[in-house]
Amino acid sequence: MRTRGLIVLSTLAFLMAGCSSIEPWVKPYDRENLADPIMAFTRAPISQDFLDHVFESREGSRGASGGGGGGCGCN
Amino acid sequence: MKALHTSLVRYVITCLAVIGAAGLAVDATAGVLPEDRADVLYFRYDGGGVTINGPSMLVRKSIGEHVSVAANYYIDMVSSASIDVETSASPYDDERTQSSLSVDFLHGKSTYSVGYVNSDESDYKAKTMFANVSHDMFGDLTTIGFGYKVGNNDVFRNVKIDGVKVNDPTFAETMESKSFNVSISQIITKNLILSGQYEVITDEGFLRSPYRSVRFFTDPLNQGLEAEKYPNTRSSNAGSIRAKYFLPYRAALDGMYRFYTDTWGVIGHTGELGYVHPLKANWIFEGRVRYYTQTKADFYADIFPRANFANFEARDKELGTYTAVTAGLGATYEFKIDRFPWLAKGSLNLRYDYMTVAYDDFRDATFSVGKFGVPPDDPLAPGTEPLYKLNANILQFYISAFF
Amino acid sequence: MTARTVKGIAKGLALAAAFVLPAFATTSSGPAPAFQLAGRGGKTIDLAQYKGQVVMINFWATWCDPCRKEMPLLEDIYKKYKPMGFTLIGVNVEPKTGDPEGWLSKLPKPVTFPVAFDVDSKVSKLYKVVGMPTTVFIDRKGNVREVHISYKAGDENLYLSQIRSLLKE
Repeated sequence: MRTRGLIVLSTLAFLMAGCSSIEPWVKPYDRENLADPIMAFTRAPISQDFLDHVFESREGSRGASGGGGGGCGCN
Repeated sequence: MKALHTSLVRYVITCLAVIGAAGLAVDATAGVLPEDRADVLYFRYDGGGVTINGPSMLVRKSIGEHVSVAANYYIDMVSSASIDVETSASPYDDERTQSSLSVDFLHGKSTYSVGYVNSDESDYKAKTMFANVSHDMFGDLTTIGFGYKVGNNDVFRNVKIDGVKVNDPTFAETMESKSFNVSISQIITKNLILSGQYEVITDEGFLRSPYRSVRFFTDPLNQGLEAEKYPNTRSSNAGSIRAKYFLPYRAALDGMYRFYTDTWGVIGHTGELGYVHPLKANWIFEGRVRYYTQTKADFYADIFPRANFANFEARDKELGTYTAVTAGLGATYEFKIDRFPWLAKGSLNLRYDYMTVAYDDFRDATFSVGKFGVPPDDPLAPGTEPLYKLNANILQFYISAFF
Repeated sequence: MTARTVKGIAKGLALAAAFVLPAFATTSSGPAPAFQLAGRGGKTIDLAQYKGQVVMINFWATWCDPCRKEMPLLEDIYKKYKPMGFTLIGVNVEPKTGDPEGWLSKLPKPVTFPVAFDVDSKVSKLYKVVGMPTTVFIDRKGNVREVHISYKAGDENLYLSQIRSLLKE
């Protein structure tokens, strides 16, 4: 289990080391659409954090939601 | 699970150290700090007999070219007569205050953040510390990040002594939570960005509610109660992927999927689709739909066959089998005020979400035991009550200012 | 320190090497590629017409925050050194001229140096622009002498020392 994990992660590392020979295919002067504020994953962290908290305190799932913070709000 | 955690811990710490060193060495072109802003939010959650409302305030300010500081202050004012409270206690009011502070430090293409969150309510005190490193690479097309979070929580139990709500002096428990996460964000085309995240969380200590009981059949038509029994560890893995796509007429479509599994046997699938549509110069409209489905923890049951049935028993509906659908609509109005040139942009925002949850293995016990200790006129036999459903209205109004 | 930890660190270093490796070649030497682009007010801007002067080309866009921040400073530099045989050309990289024209017309301190619109990204590709903003310094003979990528507060001092040394030639 441990060996398998390390093999996967080291393959990723070597793949990324090889990435330097590939040219980035989206040029900085083509980044207009991606830089548009409507393309942000989270436009308002204050609102997203609140909703993440609403769901996390009512569901069994937690994590990988891009948010931070602590607290309970349960019972 | 423990062995993979140890390898992951070692790998994450190594990467944090090495990226830290590499980041310090290179300062060719720079990344960008998050923008300065202040937000004030009023929220109201109303559903399943629970009303929670309150303010949240966030301020983010950069200091010089390399440092950005953010502080958040948030209050939940809770008025609860939830299904669990209806069947076992009396309605209660409580207030939870959360404050947090975080600092981002930008060096070249790397951002280092540390933060602290403190959450206080009458029967639960949580302190969380987190640290993250993220690095832009490959012509800024790729961003990878590593994060670590540790929380130390104190759990108390409220009782009423002489009509006053106090912490039960005989009850004080603790729990600790640790999490590691890795994330990668990748620009695919000039209109599409993908992001993936993987997070491992381990909880240890007192993990159940001090108030909840499980029920069991004393005979085919009657039920008894006993305290929940939970394991004192819980390890979970969650992996998510999200995508954001720019539509040619200027709008954005996004989607997300998250898979969750833990050592308690809970499996959760989360899917979300969203659409953002700007209109004219000042308006932005947003619509989204979220679908969540979960299968129960191994030791969860609505009613157990007899007393002391298993080593671990839970009746927390959050650990049951259910489906929740949430649909939301938002509107944003952006403005500039000529008299205040220091205000780069302001916005008024309204957001409404409607959440509906249908439980597959949690029954509405008010049909058998009644509400707040008052039995119903025609009690149903335990185990025959209708399955519980809840609907909630979630309202948000917030004002944002950008500097 | 176990063998496994050493292996882990070695892999981490391989990963880090990917970040530390030099980026991608921008045209930082040799003759500056020639170009002609439409500018503000419909005038054509031709690099050849500035031969004999020190030329500073700044690739910018309205959606690029550091580009917007450095604009007033570039205007100051242009006004100061123009009498000495210096010119600054702002090359906007956006596919439509509406946004940059609108932004320029609303500036509290108007920009007087020539601005060209590289709507097809022809010139950005010619100069192998890899970051926004990119500033290119061209000497009196028409050769590229220095390329500066990105902008942060204080970089204008680097620009000034570069311009002064090129003007002396």
